[in-house]
Formats: sequence, C-alpha cells, structure tokens
Amino acid sequence: MSETKKFLYVNRRAPYGTIYAWESLEVILIGAAFEQDVTLAFVDDGVFQLVKGQDTAGIEMKNFSPTYAALGDYDINKIYVEKESLEARGLTIDDLQHLVWEDEDEDWAEKDSIKVVTSAELAEMMGQQDVVLSF
Amino acid sequence: MKLSIQVNEGPYQHQASDSAFKFTKAAIDAGHDIFRVFFYHDGVNNGTRYTTPPQDDRHVVNRWSELAEAHGLDLVLCVAAAQRRGLVDEGEQERNGKDGNNIAPGFRISGLGQLIEAGIQSDRLVVFGD
Repeated sequence: MSETKKFLYVNRRAPYGTIYAWESLEVILIGAAFEQDVTLAFVDDGVFQLVKGQDTAGIEMKNFSPTYAALGDYDINKIYVEKESLEARGLTIDDLQHLVWEDEDEDWAEKDSIKVVTSAELAEMMGQQDVVLSF
Repeated sequence: MKLSIQVNEGPYQHQASDSAFKFTKAAIDAGHDIFRVFFYHDGVNNGTRYTTPPQDDRHVVNRWSELAEAHGLDLVLCVAAAQRRGLVDEGEQERNGKDGNNIAPGFRISGLGQLIEAGIQSDRLVVFGD
C-alpha cells in the first residue's frame, strides 16, 4: 500500500458521557501504522478532550487523556483546535495539554502540535482532505 | 466509483443505520462497487442474528445479510467495539471462552485496520452516524 492519502479525524464530542472520543482515539492510533497523512481536528465539545488535568475517578471511567501526549511519537503532529469552540466554552489554549512532537529534520527539536484555527480555516483544510472521519 | 461505508450507530435507535443501508443499496443499484461496509461504535449491533423486531417492522440485520449474499458485500464489525458490546463470532467465542456466538450471516469480525484500508482503497468513504 504505497498510496498516501490525507486523513482527517474530526472530534466533536466531550471525552466522557459517550464512547465516541475514546473509540476515535483507538482508530487514530491503529491508523498511525498505515503511514498516511493524518490531521486531527477538535471542534464543539470535542475541545474538552484535550483539556489538561482531567480526573475521572468520580465517574469510574478510564482517564485516557494521557494518550494524546503520545500522538507525537506516532508522527501525528497536525492537531487543530477550533478557536470559536474554545471561546464559546470559556477556554484558551492554556487550558489544553501541551502536545509536542520531535522534528527529526531539525535535530529532533521539540515543536508544538496544537494549532488554534478559525472555523473558516478549518473548513478550508477540510476541503483538502481525501478521507474525513467524524466522531 | 469504488465506495466504502462506515456505520456508527445501532439499529432501531438511530436512523443512521437505515440510511447507511439505503445508501449502500442505492449505490449498488446505480452500478457502484462497494469495497467494504465497516461497523463501528454501536454500529456493531447491526450484526447480531438474535435481533427480533416486531413482524410489521423492517428487519435491519437480515436486510444487511441478504444484501451481502446477493452482492458479495464485505460486512465487517470492529473487533474492539464488538467485544465491548457482546458481539461474538466462532473465533471470538473460542478465544474468549464464551458459551455461544451471535454474529449474523454475511458479517465478519476484524480490526480497525480494515477501516483505514477501506479509506485508502476506496474513492469515497461515506460515514453514517450521529
């Protein structure tokens, strides 16, 4: 399978309450083995998935949020968070985990993975994708 | 055109499951090729043969099985999603020591890689969900 396609995963839901966020992350991790051009987008309540300091003890659910920090090791470093969704929920990028990746072309320099974009920028990027999976 | 379908919701609870079926059938009737239908999340519940709807209602599961038999469709239930929700084929029954299996004819259980492969191999991946 030599063909490389642009895959976009759109995460729209809160991390808990439904299983979509967790099962989306499972697809992303499995999909990483296929070496496609992967982008993640977080919109609507999906922005809560990246919020730092999550504590799920009270709901007896597995806290899977530390897994996002491993995405950089899977060469997943294009993570877009919609600006309007953050603002509507009173969040800023400082409320999110600091996700990084290491750029092997620049002596493994550590770079930020998350970029805050407007819905218009997101829409344009969405139009450039080959495969869009929404969760 | 070569199409793949992703079904993310269960039968009867969500119309997404009906819409996915109707789209798949219409695509076949229009001469398109269906590379794969992949069932994820509660969508795996479309693949249990124990489903028993009232007689005056559509039979969502049998409908898929019949379409698969008529057109050689590849209907795949995600193994991780299926295990969580109690969908079992003979292999899973043996592996996990269960006392039975419930997968409907025409369906098979496999990994998420099958979804990614469907995205790569198909001209379009069409997602039906909530």
